[in-house]
Amino acid sequence: MKKIEAIIRAERFEEVKEALKRLGYPGMTKTIVEGHGKQKGLKQQFRGTTFEVEFTPKVKLEIVVLDGDVSRTVDAITRSARTGEVGDGKIFVLPVENAVRVRTGEDGENAI
Amino acid sequence: MDFRSKVTKVVLRVGLTLGLVCLLWLAWMATSGVAMAADPTGLGGTADAAIDYVWILVCAFLVMFMQPGFAMVGAGFTRAKNAGNFMTKNLMDFVIGSLVFFLIGYAIMMGGDWHGLWGTEGWFMLGDYYDVDAYLNMFWMLVFCATAATIVAGAVAERLKFRAYLIYSVVVSAIIYPIYGHWVWGGGWLSSLPFGLGAVDFAGSGVVHAVGGLVGLAGAIVLGPRFGRYDRNGKPQAIPGHSITLATLGVFILWFGWFGFNPGSTCNAHHLRISVIAVNTNLAAAAGGLMALLIAYWKTKKWDIGMLINGILAGLVAVTAPCAWIEGWAAIVIGLIGGMLMYASVKFLEAKGVDDPVGAVSVHGACGLWGLLSVGFFADGTYGNYSIEAPYVAGLFYGGGGEQLLAQFISVVVVAAWAFGMGYLTFKLMDMAFGIRVSPEEELQGLDILEHGTPAYPDFLTMPK
Repeated sequence: MKKIEAIIRAERFEEVKEALKRLGYPGMTKTIVEGHGKQKGLKQQFRGTTFEVEFTPKVKLEIVVLDGDVSRTVDAITRSARTGEVGDGKIFVLPVENAVRVRTGEDGENAI
Repeated sequence: MDFRSKVTKVVLRVGLTLGLVCLLWLAWMATSGVAMAADPTGLGGTADAAIDYVWILVCAFLVMFMQPGFAMVGAGFTRAKNAGNFMTKNLMDFVIGSLVFFLIGYAIMMGGDWHGLWGTEGWFMLGDYYDVDAYLNMFWMLVFCATAATIVAGAVAERLKFRAYLIYSVVVSAIIYPIYGHWVWGGGWLSSLPFGLGAVDFAGSGVVHAVGGLVGLAGAIVLGPRFGRYDRNGKPQAIPGHSITLATLGVFILWFGWFGFNPGSTCNAHHLRISVIAVNTNLAAAAGGLMALLIAYWKTKKWDIGMLINGILAGLVAVTAPCAWIEGWAAIVIGLIGGMLMYASVKFLEAKGVDDPVGAVSVHGACGLWGLLSVGFFADGTYGNYSIEAPYVAGLFYGGGGEQLLAQFISVVVVAAWAFGMGYLTFKLMDMAFGIRVSPEEELQGLDILEHGTPAYPDFLTMPK
């Protein structure tokens, strides 16, 4: 089992969701987060004067999949989230030790 | 005990003693009978008078409703962590203004005249002043007084101690507004200058807006800029307000309230000139907003909503003095120049290191002075001094020569010196006595929790920034 954490542009979320739907996925958690990568934030303006937004709003997706599904899930997210501009985000893949379905108490791969 | 707490204690004691003496005097006066000249019953109520009373009162209620307009613009343009503090201050300047202006402000402003300087009678609205006419006039002047006081709140937002706000509200309501108001509206020396019809100010570009804006400038200078307003290299950084939506609601409320502020200033429902005044008010607001938006787009390539809001207010402030004496085209020109002036003033103050969080100094100060001056250029000789009969007010472009312009110019210099000077003195003395700026920790955490005990939005996560 692996957990895929994808930090993507909020405005690409619908595209990514559709791509994942076509592929099929066990479940997903979405969080609105703030952060920055190498590009170090944005400039915005208020009453004629600019200010730095160091942490820009992003969407974080968390999906736990079987080992065999990792590469196509990551591919689908990469392709659908990409605009080619700075700020497209990052995907992290982490090992998962165990999973438990709360309703039944099943664990391991059966739980996802 | 250190010097500051000693001073505070003495000030408190003197204040309490004065308050007690005033109350005793009030009780004595109240039991000494009503003078016969007054008409507290309203026996002189003709149909004509009734129409005027309703007109003036409804307009006064509209002006009172500008208070939430100011509250929403100011809160929207500042951060969520200080919204409760801003609301408390906006409520309290109306609370204090209502009491202080009734008790002493009106007497200083409109109670007779002593050598053109100030009034000397009508304290507590007793005796001859317990009268339907006097009460009507007092109420009209009061809602304007509270407007002047509340303008300051924006310029000193997010860092002024609450008690300093309470004290300056008293000083504005009892001294700064009534005295300049007396000079222009109460038969004082500016109104009797031997040029043109003397200094005139139809609905208060000077008496209300320039006074509020320039006291605000003094406050902003004494306080210094908020943390984060300038970066390490001294480069200005905007601090975005927490709700453009509230600010927009506020500007619409103010625009609406201004239809009481300006047309109501005829103080006479029988002057059909009120239609011209309403149209002029509206035109200047539109022109000011458009101009500010276009300049912002030209400079930044963004349709800047904050500048649009300030531009609308700039147009309204500028047309407040001339609105009864000009044609529609002139209202547009005055509004356009107001929008430009506001933008330039915002940039100028920012470059000079003066932090005015909502643009109150640029909107009310700069455009208030421009409004006063504009009468001297554009007054077209079709309306008199709150009268449909001659002499009419005529400016440079309408055969009035430079006389009216000169009177207006003198008034501009006087109000700038008076309001800024008195404002600076008030804030500086308070700063020496107890320090008017909140502690750095409190400023960073927000004034809501430490000054008032509760955040404005307890169910939301509002991150201090």
